[in-house]
Amino acid sequence: MTAPPPATFLQAPAFIDVLYIVAFSLFIQGLRGLSGPRTAVRGNRIAAVGMAIAVVATLLHPGEHRWGLIALGIALGVAVGVPAARQVKMTAMPQMVALFNGVGGGAVALISWVEFRRLGSTYGGLTVVSPGGISLHAALPTYIAIFSVFAAIVGSISFWGSNIAFGKLQEVIPGRPISFGAGQMAVNLVLGVLTLAAGIDLVAGAHSELVFIGMLVCAALLGNALVLPIGGADMPVVISLLNAFTGLSAAATGVALDNPALIVAGMIVGASGSILTNLMAQAMNRSIPAIVAGGFGGGGAVAGAEGAGEHAGTVRSTSAADAAIQLAYASHVVIVPGYGMAVAQAQHAVRELAGELEERGVDVKYAIHPVAGRMPGHMNVLLAEADVPYDQLEEMDDINPEFPRTDVSLVIGANDVTNPAAKNTPSSPIYGMPILEVDQSRSVIVIKRSMNPGFAGIENELYYDPKTAMLFGDAKSAVAEIVTELDSL
Amino acid sequence: MIVASTLTSNLAILVLAGFIGFVVISKVPNTLHTPLMSGTNAIHGIVLLGGLLLLALPEIAPFKLDALSEALLVIAIAFGTINIVGGFLVTDRMLEMFKSRPAPRARERGSEGDEE
Repeated sequence: MTAPPPATFLQAPAFIDVLYIVAFSLFIQGLRGLSGPRTAVRGNRIAAVGMAIAVVATLLHPGEHRWGLIALGIALGVAVGVPAARQVKMTAMPQMVALFNGVGGGAVALISWVEFRRLGSTYGGLTVVSPGGISLHAALPTYIAIFSVFAAIVGSISFWGSNIAFGKLQEVIPGRPISFGAGQMAVNLVLGVLTLAAGIDLVAGAHSELVFIGMLVCAALLGNALVLPIGGADMPVVISLLNAFTGLSAAATGVALDNPALIVAGMIVGASGSILTNLMAQAMNRSIPAIVAGGFGGGGAVAGAEGAGEHAGTVRSTSAADAAIQLAYASHVVIVPGYGMAVAQAQHAVRELAGELEERGVDVKYAIHPVAGRMPGHMNVLLAEADVPYDQLEEMDDINPEFPRTDVSLVIGANDVTNPAAKNTPSSPIYGMPILEVDQSRSVIVIKRSMNPGFAGIENELYYDPKTAMLFGDAKSAVAEIVTELDSL
Repeated sequence: MIVASTLTSNLAILVLAGFIGFVVISKVPNTLHTPLMSGTNAIHGIVLLGGLLLLALPEIAPFKLDALSEALLVIAIAFGTINIVGGFLVTDRMLEMFKSRPAPRARERGSEGDEE
């Protein structure tokens, strides 16, 4: 490739490379800022500045820029991305991340496709000999094709997988597992083999664009086939996994295009995605292969919701007035918020309740399970939105030893993460899952709409505990009622 | 220019970046995992650069971009931009909400909860 000579030092390759190095240093520095809420805002902005520098550096590359097309693409992206980011509800964050991740993967796949179209007969080249007998692989090393094909496959899987994940979380498509049943593994295997075969064919020097498109389509189908059978509850793990995938595919594109900023950024995302995926899988007591093989209720191996109502114990229900008295005379209260609270938009009411109790001298803390909400750390964001100070939120490992000293645990819209069966019942599908040990506290109040089982479809033993009182109703109005009752005390 | 040593140095960068990623990300507390996910998500939008590079290549005979290629690149750039701009903005929005206990301006009520 012969680029025109640089016009100024700004276009010198060394200068551009230095800008890339500055850019990825800023990414790393920015992510270091995320080690605490105090420095996080600045960290994110530092990373954004790094991104701006990387973009400018790229535009400085000498060449014949199609400025109109570049501006068009960026304008389209800004027109869609900015309003989406401004307007999205905090409860819908997992979907948003899925969508942003999907378009990232889509961009990778499209860029690889254009690489293929552009390079044509020099793509791959293990066996390529041009009609004149001149071997072409000197012009373009095979590894570029390998990385490019890898990026195309993974990007395509990520794009389609993320879109399905978005659809499930947004409830555009049903959250329950959709699969071919027993044949699912076979279907995935066939699609995987076809994708790989097409990829190898391309790297070996097949110049048919049809093969490339076929590969993209197979990878797309594979992305669908992989994510459709996974239940809505496991979706965050899937998004995180796909996030890691997109990162790796970006890194691969970086190797193919010889761009260090892309490589570093892609690998960091890959690392972050892998760590989060692992963490989430642990917190949900699920292995990653099991999730990918099909979610709760997917394979029929996991006990479903049939246990509802068959429990031997009795349930004690309480009133808002009694709950208010119980809370007002407690000295230590722990609030256990779950996604149900967020769905009911009860965060502000809960914060008001906590404030009211604190004015009465009650010590109030929030217990946050690592996967409370719909993705790790989601509950922290939702409570932060409701102005709950972050240092009042306790992580699971810090709060669990405190439950025995807690007078009242107030469980609002959380279910499976409080189920003692995870510790006591080896036959339970959630056995071994780390839980908030609410059952250790002196008394428990559970605000819940009905006795319906939670996301995992498992009966919660906590509700039958003699020291548990159930306050049935919508989280928001129930909490508001407690506040009213507190005021009249 | 692509020479054999570019591959090795790029692979070195790849591996080292992976290790750095693990170290840096491991230090992020659970509290910030959602912003972390959306923030790193924004970072992989950097594939946008690939699209920009391809749209800047000189029009030399075998490497010419046809209309379809150009259209695909515009979409790719739009996708990458959505990923970057949306990702960073939404992360900023989330992080801005994290306030510590002595809330400087509690919005609805008085200054409860600052006994510590």
